[in-house]
Amino acid sequence: MSNALETLLTERSWVLADGATGTNLFNLGLQAGEAPELWNFDEVDKIKMLYQGAVDAGSDLFLTNSFGGNASRLKLHNLETRVHEVNKVAAEIGREIADTSARTVIVAGSMGPTGEIMGAAGTLSHESAVEMFEEQAHGLIDGGADVLWVETISAPEEFAAAAEAIGNTGAPWCGTMSFDTAGRTMMGVTSKDMVALIDTLDHRPVAFGANCGVGASDLLRTVLGMNEATRPIIAKGNAGIPKYVDGHIHYDGTPDLMADYAVMARNAGATIIGGCCGTKPEHLRAMRSALENLPKGDPPSHHDIQARLGVFSSSTDGTEPEIAGAVRERRGRRGRRGTK
Amino acid sequence: MAEEEDDIVLSELNDEDLVLQMHDDLYDGMKDEILEGVNILLGRGWQPYDVLTKALVEGMRIVGIDFRDGILFVPEVLLAANAMKGGMGILRPLLAETGAPRLGKMVIGTVKGDIHDIGKNLVTMMMEGAGFEVMDIGINNPAENYIEGAKEFDADIVGMSALLTTTMPYMKVVIDTMVEMGIREDYVILVGGAPLNEEFGKAIGADAYCRDAAVAVETAKEMMAARKHNQVVT
Repeated sequence: MSNALETLLTERSWVLADGATGTNLFNLGLQAGEAPELWNFDEVDKIKMLYQGAVDAGSDLFLTNSFGGNASRLKLHNLETRVHEVNKVAAEIGREIADTSARTVIVAGSMGPTGEIMGAAGTLSHESAVEMFEEQAHGLIDGGADVLWVETISAPEEFAAAAEAIGNTGAPWCGTMSFDTAGRTMMGVTSKDMVALIDTLDHRPVAFGANCGVGASDLLRTVLGMNEATRPIIAKGNAGIPKYVDGHIHYDGTPDLMADYAVMARNAGATIIGGCCGTKPEHLRAMRSALENLPKGDPPSHHDIQARLGVFSSSTDGTEPEIAGAVRERRGRRGRRGTK
Repeated sequence: MAEEEDDIVLSELNDEDLVLQMHDDLYDGMKDEILEGVNILLGRGWQPYDVLTKALVEGMRIVGIDFRDGILFVPEVLLAANAMKGGMGILRPLLAETGAPRLGKMVIGTVKGDIHDIGKNLVTMMMEGAGFEVMDIGINNPAENYIEGAKEFDADIVGMSALLTTTMPYMKVVIDTMVEMGIREDYVILVGGAPLNEEFGKAIGADAYCRDAAVAVETAKEMMAARKHNQVVT
């Protein structure tokens, strides 16, 4: 497997990633409830259009259509026996598009969450999670992905399992989590927690950061919270907030807003910058143009971010010193019981 | 194993301390201790309804507050809910026998086209933790599943969940169908899911959008109280 991403990162001070996969596929006619991964077989031209759309709009890197390509997710469509094939084809189509481009384009093999809960409260064991991720990773590698791309993760256990699985294959990877619950992931991970988590991994990612979540402004607050990171940061925020208009959902972020977001993301410390839900080629074009034409500036303040991209979804994001240590005061007269 | 100095023997606590200890044990997700506590209180002659409300529901209320305030997160809440569920396992048959007052019944499911269930499961557990009876109709539900489920279960509340922006509009289809059938006002309709917001909830005609499982419980309680009040007045 080539390590094209690391090479690109030594040549460039920023890299434009792609936009949405899911919401763009829905715009191409995917129906709710359908497995997007099946389109790697049944609608190859549309998957090519998806990838080509990002490349033509200036993306240096795009994700493969394999987000739900692990056994746990594919099982919901009775496709769990086809994990390797689904992922291999997703990467092969990507490889073909990338190789016909005049400039270097990185094929990143997307790996989304299992959708199951790990840890003490959950049903998915570490071993099973590693096995599932590894199976998917092999498919993507065999299809020619340059780098594996773990995304939209909420649980630290799941992130670590993916890291271990990819470590078993030896492939380079990137990993992002979704900070959608008052600045934390659903499982309570803050931006600073994630920085610390990366340092505990044996097989560390080339780059890491945040994707999806609430809106572009929340995502930038998360990126600012990662400022102590020692490796490149990824910012892949949604194109605004979903709004309900005439029976369907529309993301309210304009290309201009996403251009602003891209420049602010770079100023905040991100190196790999892209969009997530609602981000179309027209947004990517505006982002590319802004990144090329404006110089890098100082990190934006929380105030700047909110003034330009919209208010945060919560007043804090769990990284403030007084919040980070907040624990409900327990009644002292009764000690804790010994755990069994 | 050596006994820790501050280890507590539940059966030696008086009622008041035992109930407080059970709140802490629920908070810490200690299922075995909750089962033991429930049995001790019942053995002391407590009414099942009192065990439910004073020990378990009150304990889960504290969990809910800290979840809402960002002190506890999903993993801890799941453990607490699991401990609660253990206690409910003992109490449910007894509650049925004693004809205890009912808080409310809810039918919940993820809408058609959507196969995500973590959020829905969490709401189910928190609602049960608050003493509601919940029928979970699973994922990928067409309108008739909600409507038939609500009728069959004699529900007060219909809860709909969606994780995808492409599936959330289906919530309106369910509500519109209920309006056409003239049964919309028979139920409180609550909606939730990551991409939703309050504006969307209003736009589709739901009674409320619930940001998270803790808010869902609070909203359900308020709406049930308002309903009972209205029924008395009219």
